[in-house]
Amino acid sequence: MEFLGYFGEVFTPFNFMLLLIGTIGGLILGATPGLSPTMAVALLIPFTFRLEAAQGLILLGAAYTSTVAGGAVSAILLKIPGAPANIATTLDGHTMAQKGEGAKALQLSFISSAIGGVFGVLLLIFLTPVLAKWALAFGPSHLFWLAILGVTVIGSLDSSSVVKGLLAGCIGMWLATIGFDDIMGAQRFIFHPAVGGGINVIPALIGLFAIPQVITMFAKGKSQSAAEVIVVQKSPIKAAFVEVFSRKRALAIGTAVGSIIGLIPGVGGQIAGLVAYDQSKKFSPEREKFGTGHPEGVVAAEAANNAMVGPSLVPLLTLSIPGSPTAAVLLGGLLIHGIFPGSDLFDNHPEVAWTFINSMLIGQILMCIFGLYVAGLAASVARVPHSVMAAVVLGLAVFGSYSVQNSMGDVYVMASLGVGMYFLERFGFSAAPLVLGLILGPIAEANFVQGSMIANATSNLWSYFFNGPLNVTLIFVVVASIAYSVWMELRNKRYTTKEEIVE
Amino acid sequence: MSDLPLNQHRVASGLIAAVGVWIAYLSYTQEPQAAFLFPRMISTVFAVLALWTFGKAVLGRSKVGQGLSKQDMKNILPGLIVALVYIFWAAKGLGFYTASTIAFFILISLYDPSPNAERRTWIKRIIITAGFLAVMYGLFATLLNVYTPREIFF
Repeated sequence: MEFLGYFGEVFTPFNFMLLLIGTIGGLILGATPGLSPTMAVALLIPFTFRLEAAQGLILLGAAYTSTVAGGAVSAILLKIPGAPANIATTLDGHTMAQKGEGAKALQLSFISSAIGGVFGVLLLIFLTPVLAKWALAFGPSHLFWLAILGVTVIGSLDSSSVVKGLLAGCIGMWLATIGFDDIMGAQRFIFHPAVGGGINVIPALIGLFAIPQVITMFAKGKSQSAAEVIVVQKSPIKAAFVEVFSRKRALAIGTAVGSIIGLIPGVGGQIAGLVAYDQSKKFSPEREKFGTGHPEGVVAAEAANNAMVGPSLVPLLTLSIPGSPTAAVLLGGLLIHGIFPGSDLFDNHPEVAWTFINSMLIGQILMCIFGLYVAGLAASVARVPHSVMAAVVLGLAVFGSYSVQNSMGDVYVMASLGVGMYFLERFGFSAAPLVLGLILGPIAEANFVQGSMIANATSNLWSYFFNGPLNVTLIFVVVASIAYSVWMELRNKRYTTKEEIVE
Repeated sequence: MSDLPLNQHRVASGLIAAVGVWIAYLSYTQEPQAAFLFPRMISTVFAVLALWTFGKAVLGRSKVGQGLSKQDMKNILPGLIVALVYIFWAAKGLGFYTASTIAFFILISLYDPSPNAERRTWIKRIIITAGFLAVMYGLFATLLNVYTPREIFF
């Protein structure tokens, strides 16, 4: 119950103000089609440089939580999911809105999101310290395999092609080797002075997530957004609470599925929402109503996509392995303050860890309160023309990358990686494994080098890295995740993409 | 099967394969060897996977990726050129705020579907650009104290 001792930190005026800004801003950004939660958090990182670590994380955590929930606004009112996590919400949410129940659908989505989200954060609170202690048993070989696992799981599960996903992970890991070698001081792959000090993670993240979105908006040309925003009528909030609690089955399924899926690195909110929707439909006596504007569809999908937010941070905070691209961006936010996740975080910086986690708990409630009122405004923001949105994101990306180290080199790296990523995406590559490779590459290399030294002194390299129950388990999971994805690809049963649902 | 022209896939995967092989070559030929041990492992996997992808593309078995249509390229090109000139030359040459204002105004004018013949359209664009500049200046110069390159004007 250590976390209770740090609740007061969330309510200091400045911290609470940051929480409010993150929550309201996140809801608006989340409702904007094309601005994913990861990109929103990446663009916010430069604003946290001058804040203390806990304050920066409060802002980023609130933005993460509420962008996922805010995505429901455009999913319901425009049939355009604000984030991939809201794909399942469009199935019944938009139909409800078309039937004149837009306000009710929004209320159900925010209340379910908050309930699912609170449960997910409680899971984070109770699981993280236990796993962080357990992580102390991990040696360099285990951490090496964990880093490889992080890249392969996301590479194989998050991409439409397993080979391209793994290839993107390799590209990211190679990019991480650019610069000076830590041990020998040797120059590696320094093709331009801009990368002399290596590739800074923050500009790289901004470029990889923001610039492809900017170019995608360019690709739409002068076309006006075809989506029509459905006007919402007033609906009593009390009735929405009664409705949510009368749909206990859907709420429980959504929360449970989201929490479990959130714990698995690489799977993410998109799949959590769709699986919860599917399971809720299977177990519902009114399954024929799903897809026709059934409240259970909205409740299950939204409870799931927010329930996964807390558990998705468990691998990051315990093992330093970001389980999702957004967690990778949050890791960047921690590292710029010189804080490394794992048991060190809870032993040496408990005020940072617990203030951050507690703020996510309070943020879920604020998100519900403000979501119900900001939805109308957020829907208007969703109608901002592509031309303005593209120019704003480009400007923020340039200023944000420059402000990391006051270096034009970072801006060049951001732009080069971003443009490259756009073209890679057009050919079936995904940014998530590349980012994970970029972040986990140095962790993998440092532990590989350290492990090699230990192996040379004690045993041989093979037995050090391939023997022992933990090594074997991790290798098995790496192989199993790839094999499972190959099997899924061969069966052609991949989940629906955001583009497909919009069409 | 995607309707992407096969040649686009071949060229793209060929380029990636070439980069993969080149990096693998560099990793195995650079000194000191110990510093390149990890890059060798990574670049070997990189090259193998890239060649696999290239092989699939050559055989016409690439299944994912929408590629770029002519219309996409036509739409992207003006904005991309403005963005690249802004980032790689104007931001430093003209100063961040001046360059950002010009780039912002050109970009919204290029992609705004409102009729260019109307005076209202241009007034709207100027107001949006001024608002953007004010917000960026407030955020970065005043709030975050980021000292950006300032050449002409500010």
